[in-house]
Amino acid sequence: MNVPDDLRYSETHEWLRLEGDTATIGITDHAQAELTDIVYVELPKIGATVAAKQPAAVVESVKAASDIYAPAAGTVTEVNSALEGNSGLVNTDPYGEGWLFRLRLSAPDEIKTLKTPDDYRAQIS
Amino acid sequence: MPVQYTSIMDEHQAVRNHVGLFDISHMGQFLVRGPEATPWLNYLLSNNVERLGVGESQYTFLLNENGGVIDDLIVYRYVENQFLLVVNAAKTNEDFAWMEARRWPNVLFENQSADYAGLAVQGPKSMKLFDLFFDGQHSRPARNEIKKISCVPNPLLISSTGYTGEDGFEIFFPAQDAPQLWRSILEKGASLGIKPCGLGARDTLRLEMCYPLNGSDLSPQHTPLEAGLSIFVDLQKSDFIGRAPLLQQRTEGVRRRLVPFKMKEKSPPPRPHYPIFKNGQQITEIASGTLSPTLNIGIGMAYVPAEFARINEEIEVDIRGRRFAATIEKKPLHRKAN
Repeated sequence: MNVPDDLRYSETHEWLRLEGDTATIGITDHAQAELTDIVYVELPKIGATVAAKQPAAVVESVKAASDIYAPAAGTVTEVNSALEGNSGLVNTDPYGEGWLFRLRLSAPDEIKTLKTPDDYRAQIS
Repeated sequence: MPVQYTSIMDEHQAVRNHVGLFDISHMGQFLVRGPEATPWLNYLLSNNVERLGVGESQYTFLLNENGGVIDDLIVYRYVENQFLLVVNAAKTNEDFAWMEARRWPNVLFENQSADYAGLAVQGPKSMKLFDLFFDGQHSRPARNEIKKISCVPNPLLISSTGYTGEDGFEIFFPAQDAPQLWRSILEKGASLGIKPCGLGARDTLRLEMCYPLNGSDLSPQHTPLEAGLSIFVDLQKSDFIGRAPLLQQRTEGVRRRLVPFKMKEKSPPPRPHYPIFKNGQQITEIASGTLSPTLNIGIGMAYVPAEFARINEEIEVDIRGRRFAATIEKKPLHRKAN
């Protein structure tokens, strides 16, 4: 399983990339492999506030709808509109083109409570 | 059977375009034998087994006293007074107990589920696979026919039946031969693009054909008339369990009907129990629903009040609080292009 070293991870298989005070969020390679074909993604509204560990998005495979939890609290600044026509990007490029949404973090220090790549690798092994 | 081996979409397309292999060993098999087998089965099942010649099969229902469906199954007349019943896995014990409690003295009735395994080969290339497997030595069973074909190590019971809408056959054989036969079919089918297929694809394939699923579309609370499956009920034959309430329902008119629907717009997949609205009021909920891999849109079936159960009727499906438009369609939702 691909677990990039420049990201932080949640127990519920989301990843977070911090650039300045903007966090980009998606689901991990492990998560997309378990879900298999993702056929629909429901993204939060721009401007919505999300709380840490609360559902912020929904990713659906043929068999099940899965809640995606915000790894940290913040305000939604951008969503990946490419997923509307091509939800499969989450499967084929979960850390790149398959990103879900971006947050302006309300408490950037919260990032420290997320898992390191090694901790996440340990969790999924 | 797992939900998928690789991906539901790939497995579904393999069956529609090439050939797929399903492990149906979980299904139950009952043996019924004796000079009273025919009238006994006609008393317990909805369809008429007198119509079956040797080697022929029919789809039928095990009904409760209200005419509701305990299980849907296929009954094969294997030899003159001997029948094989193939029932749903989850209902095997319940079906057996129900029938055993009503067994007539001279009927031999056995649950042979543990002894049998089953495989289904489905797809347009199924018959090519059949010929490859038997080296062209055998002819295929006719539609709904079951025949015994010799094989190593044990003979196979093969019927031209299936649950996908594609050409294909189902095979029943001693359970211990399963791993070898599974591998052998996958090897012989490799050049045809065969894929092992799981429960997920089984569900998307059958729902595109509007075949009912026991537990979702069929239940003790619904009759075959409500499900639109009255052709598998013979109300003319002598008395059977559930006959009286069905006659009454036919006289009074069916108040709700199982109908297929298709989403009008891109939406999250419709799923069982999502509410369905008409003119702002909830009228029912989804019985079965999924994203159709072939049509690339949401599809499903629901029991809808008779006044709305018309083709092209517009309804709305509530998915997580948002309403999406859908229309009631004609069965089946998927048709082969000619």
